[in-house]
Amino acid sequence: MSGEIIIGARDIRKLYHRGSEEIVALDGVSIDVRKGEFVSFVGPSGSGKTTLLNILGCLDNATSGSLEISGTGVFGEDARLSERDLTRIRRAHFGYIFQNFYLLPTLTVLENVSVPFSFYRSEQAIDDIPGLLASLGLEKRMDHRPGQLSGGEMQRVAIARALVNRPEILLADEPTGNLDTARSRDIGGVLKQLNTGQGLTVIMVTHNSELAGLAGRTVEIRDGKI
Amino acid sequence: MIRIYQIAYKNLLRKKTRTILTITGISLSAWVLVSLLGFNRGYESALNRDIDSMGYQVLVAAKGCPYEAATLMLKGGTGLRYMNESIAADIMKYNEVRKITPMLMQAVFDPDKGESGGISAYLGVDPATFPGMKGYFKFQQGAWFTDPDANEAVMGYEAAELEQREVGDKILIPEKKVELTVVGVLKRTGTQDDGTIFVPIQAVQRIFGQAGRLTAIGVQVNKNADMAAVEQKMYDLPDVQVVSLAQVKQTIISLVATARVMVLSIAVIAVLIAMVGVVNTILMSVFERFQEIGILKSMGAMPGDVFRLIWIETFILCLAGGIVGNALAFALEAATDLLIRRLLPYSPTGSLVQIDAPLALAAMAAIIGIGLLAGLYPAWRAARIRPIESIRSQEG
Repeated sequence: MSGEIIIGARDIRKLYHRGSEEIVALDGVSIDVRKGEFVSFVGPSGSGKTTLLNILGCLDNATSGSLEISGTGVFGEDARLSERDLTRIRRAHFGYIFQNFYLLPTLTVLENVSVPFSFYRSEQAIDDIPGLLASLGLEKRMDHRPGQLSGGEMQRVAIARALVNRPEILLADEPTGNLDTARSRDIGGVLKQLNTGQGLTVIMVTHNSELAGLAGRTVEIRDGKI
Repeated sequence: MIRIYQIAYKNLLRKKTRTILTITGISLSAWVLVSLLGFNRGYESALNRDIDSMGYQVLVAAKGCPYEAATLMLKGGTGLRYMNESIAADIMKYNEVRKITPMLMQAVFDPDKGESGGISAYLGVDPATFPGMKGYFKFQQGAWFTDPDANEAVMGYEAAELEQREVGDKILIPEKKVELTVVGVLKRTGTQDDGTIFVPIQAVQRIFGQAGRLTAIGVQVNKNADMAAVEQKMYDLPDVQVVSLAQVKQTIISLVATARVMVLSIAVIAVLIAMVGVVNTILMSVFERFQEIGILKSMGAMPGDVFRLIWIETFILCLAGGIVGNALAFALEAATDLLIRRLLPYSPTGSLVQIDAPLALAAMAAIIGIGLLAGLYPAWRAARIRPIESIRSQEG
């Protein structure tokens, strides 16, 4: 496998407490993701795949273990990052898409995609948002509101929103969970194209075996272990 | 590119009814606040204007005699007490006194006034001294009396309007069956003089059989005179009461101050209730958008950005409410004036509610300031939402 390691996780453990019960969500997971890779996490519900995605994507802290992003240590043993620090790392490296899209209903497609710029604009940010939308087949939908779009179109808008600051890594959590088969294939195709065409690193959690098959590497997680 | 304030504005449009109701609540409280602040200022200046335009600083009246037209009306024109004309000469002996003007007020029941009759009052004034004290009187028609004993009348602006009289018309004094010829109609002064019918004092004394008697003497004191000392000297005169108009003003202001504190408290409570509405609206909106706010954070929004977004929403609500409330206050200024006038036992002439741009801006600043304070908690709650919490709630 070629390419530099963009995410390096070592012995990640994540524990939850539900009352007096301790739940081990991740139990000593180690994984490297290389630049330009397309990795999919699969496994049954509750296996810990979304938890792993959230920790790799700096949305959550691990209970123990260490994580490096692009060679820079994010956290190590017993070190927890503040929400502010996690945000800085997210800004610098990640774009996210979710099952439920989370587009702002009163904004147009163009405005929704521009929302990240009202908080942060990276140096390499995409200036030509209409061009980006056109590349995702949304050129005729720019002035539409989310309520006027199909599920597949909404997820494309969410992908465009995730890409505006040109992240190195795109994290997708069940991106087709709310879509029918045809639209799932469509979104899968978009993710594959972003990976092969633009060299974007994609890490995806999915239950959809067909979608998982698009990835260059499939990682199965079961009971918090790879 | 969309700006954060545009996102905030469009967020408020999601629940239009709730937003409109919140803005309505703020508007009403802003209206009450602006109107009451306007009243606070207007009443005092109207009272000052009324008293300052009387032309004299001290009124000497017979003991127990109502010295103020409104009181006379309240008493149904009865209860007048008289003093001897010679007191005028005694008062003039004081060095501090610059000028005096004797007056004789008489009131009769007029069965033709209004629907069921009313009191008509006639103020007998000295043509030699009274006009000098009321230098600001301007005539709309005609002039002062032609003779100090003539059966003539000069009508205040409102009195002439009410009676529909012009120069040359006659007015009949009921009970006395004496006709007065209107020789002058004054322009509006914005004081109680507008509703007064002025008649030469000698004519009033003759018509009403009060020769040699007065109800009051207006006293103008030298500029640097010690008012307290002058008043004290006048108290030594037999059977008179000395009314310092500054003192009258102070008494009325003190009476009104109590009522004012109450109404201002009501205004503050109204504003606070509106602000509870703001907290409720914004907090509900934060809870409803729990996941969305988490997603904004995953997109790179710092806690401060989210705080700002929610605070801007609060600001927009308060700004809109403040603008509508101020517009209402300006539009309904006259109606508010009328309402307050009906509620108060005594109202000076002229505008009781004075609303202007600086007052409106100050009220707006207060509404926005309190609103932003009210928005602190919802904004803080929103800023603390962690993206992972919203993602977990999505999974659930």
